Formats: sequence, structure tokens, C-alpha cells
Amino acid sequence: MTAANELNLIQPRLLDKGSQRFLLVLIAVGVLVPVLNLLVPESSGLHLSTYTVTLLGKYLAYALLALAVDLVWGYLGILSLGHGAFFALGGYAMGMYLMRQIGDRGVYGNPDLPDFMVFLNWNELPWYWHGFDQFWFAMLMVLVAPGVLAFVFGWFAFRSRVTGVYLSIITQALTYALLLAFFRNEMGFGGNNGLTDFKDILGFSLQADTTRIALFSATVLALALGYLICRAIIISRLGRVAMAVRDAENRVRFVGYRVEHIKLFVFCVSAMLAGVAGALYVPQVGIINPSEFSPLNSIEMLIWVAVGGRATLYGAVIGALLVNYAKTWLTGALPDAWLFALGALFVVVTLFMPKGIAGLVQQYRDMRQQAARNNGGADKVEEKAA
Amino acid sequence: MTYPALTGWRQLVLTLMLLCLSFGSRAATLDESVALLNGSFNDKSTAVQNLMSVGHDQTSVWLQALLDGNLYTDKASNQVVLLVAEQPEFSVQELVSGRTYSSSKSDLKRIMINNALRKELRVALSSLALTSADSQVRLTAVRSLMGSPDPALTERLTSLQLQETNSDVRDAMTVALAINEVRNASKPGRNAIEVLGDSLEPEARNALQQLHDRNPAAAEGKLAAKSLANIERKILWSGYIETLFFGLSLGSVLVLAAIGLAITFGVMGIINMAHGELIMLGAYTTYGIQLLMPDHIGLSVLVSIPAAFVVSGLMGILIERSVIRFLYGRPLETLLATFGISLILQQLVRTFVSPQNRTVQTPDWMTGSLELSPVLSLTWNRIYILIFCLMVFALLFVLLKRTRLGLQVRAVSQNRAMARAMGVRSARVDALTFGLGSGIAGVAGVALSQLTNVGPNLGQAYIIDSFMVVVFGGVGNLWGTLVAGLSLGVANKVLEPTAGAVLAKILVLVFIILFIQKFPRGLFPQKGRSAEG
Repeated sequence: MTAANELNLIQPRLLDKGSQRFLLVLIAVGVLVPVLNLLVPESSGLHLSTYTVTLLGKYLAYALLALAVDLVWGYLGILSLGHGAFFALGGYAMGMYLMRQIGDRGVYGNPDLPDFMVFLNWNELPWYWHGFDQFWFAMLMVLVAPGVLAFVFGWFAFRSRVTGVYLSIITQALTYALLLAFFRNEMGFGGNNGLTDFKDILGFSLQADTTRIALFSATVLALALGYLICRAIIISRLGRVAMAVRDAENRVRFVGYRVEHIKLFVFCVSAMLAGVAGALYVPQVGIINPSEFSPLNSIEMLIWVAVGGRATLYGAVIGALLVNYAKTWLTGALPDAWLFALGALFVVVTLFMPKGIAGLVQQYRDMRQQAARNNGGADKVEEKAA
Repeated sequence: MTYPALTGWRQLVLTLMLLCLSFGSRAATLDESVALLNGSFNDKSTAVQNLMSVGHDQTSVWLQALLDGNLYTDKASNQVVLLVAEQPEFSVQELVSGRTYSSSKSDLKRIMINNALRKELRVALSSLALTSADSQVRLTAVRSLMGSPDPALTERLTSLQLQETNSDVRDAMTVALAINEVRNASKPGRNAIEVLGDSLEPEARNALQQLHDRNPAAAEGKLAAKSLANIERKILWSGYIETLFFGLSLGSVLVLAAIGLAITFGVMGIINMAHGELIMLGAYTTYGIQLLMPDHIGLSVLVSIPAAFVVSGLMGILIERSVIRFLYGRPLETLLATFGISLILQQLVRTFVSPQNRTVQTPDWMTGSLELSPVLSLTWNRIYILIFCLMVFALLFVLLKRTRLGLQVRAVSQNRAMARAMGVRSARVDALTFGLGSGIAGVAGVALSQLTNVGPNLGQAYIIDSFMVVVFGGVGNLWGTLVAGLSLGVANKVLEPTAGAVLAKILVLVFIILFIQKFPRGLFPQKGRSAEG
């Protein structure tokens, strides 16, 4: 190892080689996809349909979510079975804004109330819907709603030292309780049907190709920012302590760190990232309903991270893209096979690939390095012999 | 409603003979009455009254047939006929002569009745049933006649009460008579009002309410108010008992679902997310066994219990040997792997059985309800499941505390290395323990199949609740699971009337989340000195 490498270990840079590569690929995708969609004529084989762009946008939103999950699972050691709740809350905040944007173009043509409220015979907007006609307020809520939930939940949970599987199970209970709550019509979030029939965002029609491209670009940008934020946290002192908490929580506590503060901070950041992912997801798929809260969704997120390799940021992104691509492909080709494949993936990854794809990559690199060293050694021996 | 034993062929022949012997005038009245059934609704009503006064011994059969829409007019002869059989051919019987012949649907016209007539028929049939030999039939008849204002009925009840031997029926008659007295008499006796105050029959309450409304200031009115308050109090208490019962019933289901988990999670420390699917497998085993023995539904449920235990238990051992044993000491990985297994099991059922829900039949001895009072009845299937739950719990408790296997299980869970050093084959114990927990899940599935439809998602509905019960009760403690399950069930049902079913469930979940914050080790924590717990 060279001296420079050792220095890297002590003070890692924000943009190390891997991150640079990752961001370059992301920027390339962010430029290429719009170009292929807008500038390449439809007749060309290289043309990307708007459908594909939206699908890619959806995957990238999931990738951001995977980053959020990886941050708490890979680096903090909290297996959250409830990250779907933060994702859905962000999605609902965005959905509420989009609902208000419909204005009087709904089926009932009521300028003040969304359709489902008219349907429920409500006369005025509930208090918590006020402000959502403003974009900035909605965006603030995308961060605040999941953040506050994570803060309150984490505050109680971490302070009373609920850890390990107990924490996992109560996070699952949290998202399950929210699932049940959002199914209720009285909650004022559209009940079973959720929020849908969106028309436009910031005055641009959601159906237009350009809006779709803009949403895609926003997702790419958010993913890049999310990556940088995670990266910044990881290389900071706080990130180091977080990893120490993951490996030996009590020892860190005995050394004198306030473990619950560190956990709370990282957990809240992760929840907000998940919220942003949800907010980007909703305008692209055009609907948000309570099923996003279902515990199954939250667990699916874990498998993205597990497949990609937890405790590596790029692994989480790759895992999310791969698993979701497989899902789209399999549910189209062999609808019955998807759950078999997903189930098998859970088993195979935990049993045989505990470090995921990133682990395999690392293994391959180590092997090559080893081989190079051996070769080098062999050369020297040969030299000596000569 | 139940009716006196319906007649067979022999009785028809007997009727025929009796009819031949009967007097001309009576036969004429009978013929006239029966003929009136062809007329207008008013005529039909008269016909029913006439038939009642004539007192032919087939009257109840005919009236019942009229109520059920089994009386027809033969278009050719204009005779009223009773439908005897539709298969293999339409065969009908003339009412009075008893002549049976085959006919076809097109030759017959159904005798229609309206709601007023239907009500009249029910009263008439109940009145006939008062003299049935079966005391249960008499009791039902008296209760259905309560509040019927016919003065003739009062006389009939008074005379019948003197001959009545069954005390329940006699009491019911007293109430029925008291209702009529309170309703009709200008100054009903104090005794009658008080009798009604002790009765929970809805009609008794109505009668008292009317009496009170007629003259609230009078002595009777005040007395009625007192009796009403008495009834209200009883109904309130019945409501409490009912809520408690429903709560315990729900709780017993929770305990059944969670108790297998209390072993795999609580004793072994394995997070088995496929636990719900093991429950589902047990339910499907019940369904499969019913398909195998469709003629013995009652027996099939009993056979299902060991069968489901074996099926789920073997599946559990398979899961343990093939996946879980490689993941001991890594609870979070176990969680993910078993979740994958749960998805596979669900999809297996969806692919190879059906994605649709299946209905498992409830055996006769589990249907119906135990009627404690007119406002409080407990369904048998829930009572049985409550008992079953306690039995399973007791068995498991004895197994863990009193048998060799139980001792080994506890030894391995407390200190694996030491147990191995003492000669316990820990791998075998692991497999057996996991199989035991899984088998119990299968048994829970049998119980659940009697309460809900059996579908691929059955397990998912219970997995979160089961974990909540185990965590709330305190991991590694069977008593904790029992207490937690029953109390969560009761809490759910107590909250339900005011908050609604979904909100009640949310409140309970939030309560558990908060409870875990305060007591991370549950109701009955395991004592130990380790910092990691």
C-alpha cells in the first residue's frame, strides 16, 4: 500500500474514486436519457419512449429510497421494517399538493375541495390540508412529515434502548398502524383509493413529455444530492461513530458517546431522504394510496439493499435498480413467478451473498490484487533465479 | 323457528283414514276452508282462521307449506294441493282427500301470500306448536307469541300453563301473560310489571315502555320505569359480559397464533416471518382433509388437528434444517430469509391450490350458540376455540416444564455451549423445537379455519399481531404470551364500540409501541445480568 492510500483511510475524501465514477455515470444517464427521448426521432432505434423514461425515473426514486434504507441499516445497524412509512408520507405530501392543483377540474368540479371530500359530503378543507396549494409548503412537508415522525418515534425508541429485532418489529407495527389509519376515509387522505387523477405540477401538465423529462431530471439530481449527503455523513466523525454503534453499541456508550443522539440524527436524515423519494415517485406513477404503507413494501426495500450490498452506497442503488427491473420484467413475463423469485432472492442473498453484489465486486478486486501480487512475487523469484 | 315433527307417509295414510271416518259437516267446513285458500288475501286469512278452529291434525303441515310457498292450486281441478316432491317428478297431494298424484309445474299455480298473512301464519303455527311434545319447541313457540295481542291466546296460555311441566316454558308463559296484561289491562297488576322487570325479552321491554309512556306519573308508570331501569341494567351487564367474551375469544385466537412464535422467537430467538404461513398451511390442511372426508365434517376437524400439526411441523423442520440453522446468531438475516420463505409458501398455495379464499365447513357441534338469556348468547365455535387455546397452552406448558425435551430446549436456549458440553445434541433440539413451534402454528390454523375463510393471505393478517403479543408479553415467557394475548383481545373489543374496529386496532398498536418504549422487555421480562439483554 502506498502512503497516499493510508492517508485516504484516515481522512477519506468526499469524492473518492468510487463516488466520482458513480456520479459520472449518474450525470451521463441524466443527460443521455432526455436526449434520447427528446432529440432522437421516434423512428430511430435509439429513441427512448416516455414510458421508459418514467419507468427509469421510478427506479431512480426507489434508488434514493434504497440509499435511505442503507444509511440506517448498513451504517447504523437499524433494520427498519418501516421505511415504507416515510416514503409514503413524502408521497402523500406531494399527492396533496397535486390534488390541490386539480382545482375545479375534478369530476364534481368543486374548486375548494378534492373529489373524495365532496363524495364524503365534507363542507370544508380539513385544517391539515391548508397550505398544500403552495408548492414550497408541500415541499417543506415532504421533509417535515417523515422527519417529525422519525424524530418522535426515534426519540422514544432510542432513548429507552429498544434495539435489534424489537426495534424492527415496532417499526413494522408503526407502518402497519399507519396503513390501517390511511385506509380510513375519516382520515381525509382519500381512504382506500388514495390520491390520484393528478393534472399538473407547477402549472405544467403531468402528461406532457417535457414534464416527464423534467421529473426524471429532478430525480437524477435528487439521487446525486442524496448520495452526496449520505457520503458526507459517512465520512464525517459522526458517521464513524454511527458505524461504531452498529458494531458495538454498548461499547460506544461506555466510551462516552450519546448513542441515542447519533442514532436519532441519522434516522431522521434517512427518513427525510425516503420522504423525498416518495415525493418524486408520486407524480411519476400518478397515484399514492395506503398500500404504500404495507409492511411488505418496507421489507422489499431491504432486499434491494441486501442484493446490492449493504454498507456500500453504490451497492444500494444498483440493488434497487436490478431488483426493480427484474420485478417489472418478471411480473410482465411470468406473473406467478415474481413472488417465488423475490422469496428465493431473500433466502439466497442472506445465505450465500451476505455482502451482496458489492461484496462480489470486492471479492473479485481482492482476487485480482492477490493475483497481481503473486505474479509480481513470481517475477521477482524468476529475476533472482535469472 | 322449529315446528312439530313433520309428517311422513304413515301419517298421511292415517289422515286419509281419519278423513274417511270424519263427520260430513266437519268435512264440509274443512273443504270450504281449504277452497277459500284459492281466493283473495282476505279469503286466505279467513281460511287460516277456519283451519285453526277446525283443528285438523294436518293443519300445521298445511300452514307451514303455505308459509313456505309449497301450496299450489291445480289449474285443472281447482283443488288446493301440497307439493310432496319435485324430484324425480313433480308429485302433489290434495289437501283434504290426501290423494297423491304426479303433475307438472305448468299445471300448477302457487298460492301467493303477503306479509300480513305471513305474520298471521307464524302466529298460528306458534300457537299450534304450544302443544308440541318437545319442550324446546313449546318454549320457542311461547317466545314467538309474546306480544301477540289475541285475547284467545291469553286464555289458551292460561289453561296450558296449568298443565305445563317444564319450568322454563312455564316461566316464559308467565312473561307472555304478563305482557298481555300490561298491554291490555287498564290497571295492570303490580306483579305483572315486576315479572316483566325480570325478563330480558324485547317484547317485555316494549310493553313496559308503552305503559310508562301512557301515564308516567301514575303508580303503574313509576313501577314500569323502575322495572325498565332494572332491565336496562341487566342488558348493560350482558353487554359487558358479551364484550368480555368477544375479547377473550379474539384473545384466544391471538394466543393460538402467537404461542408457536413464543417458542421459536421467545425460546430460540429466531425471528420466523414465515410463522403466519405455517398457520395458513394448517388451515389448508383442514380444508384438504374436509375434501378427503366430505361425509364426516365433524370428525374431519378433529383429524385435522394432528394432521396440521404434522404438516406444519415438518415444514418447520425443513425450514430450520435448510435455511435457519446457517443463520443462528444473526437474527436480522434470519428475519429476511424467513420472510423470503413466507413469500414462497404464499405463492405456492396461490399457484397450486387457488388464489381465491376457500371456505372450511364448520361441524354441526360447533355451530349455533349457547343462549344464556334473550340478550346474551355465546357462539359455540368461539367457546370451543377458547377452550382449545387453553388446552394447547397447558399442553405446551407441561411439555416445556415437565418433559426431557422441554428441559433440553430450555438448556440450549439458556446456554448452548454448556448444554452441548453436558451431552445435549443441540442441532437435534433446535430442529425439534422449531418443529414444535411450527406445528403449534398449524394447530392454530385449524382453529382459524373455523372462524374465517382460508386464503393465501391468512397468515399475513396474523403475523404482526402475533409478534406484538410475544413482545408485549415478554420474550421467552409462555405466561406472558397468554396474558398479553387475552388482554390485547379484550382491549381491542372494549375499544371497538366507541372507536370503531380499525381505530381500535390502531390504538392498540400505538399502545404497544409506547409500552415497548417504557418496558422494552415486555410484561414479564426475563431476568438476567447481561448488558445486551
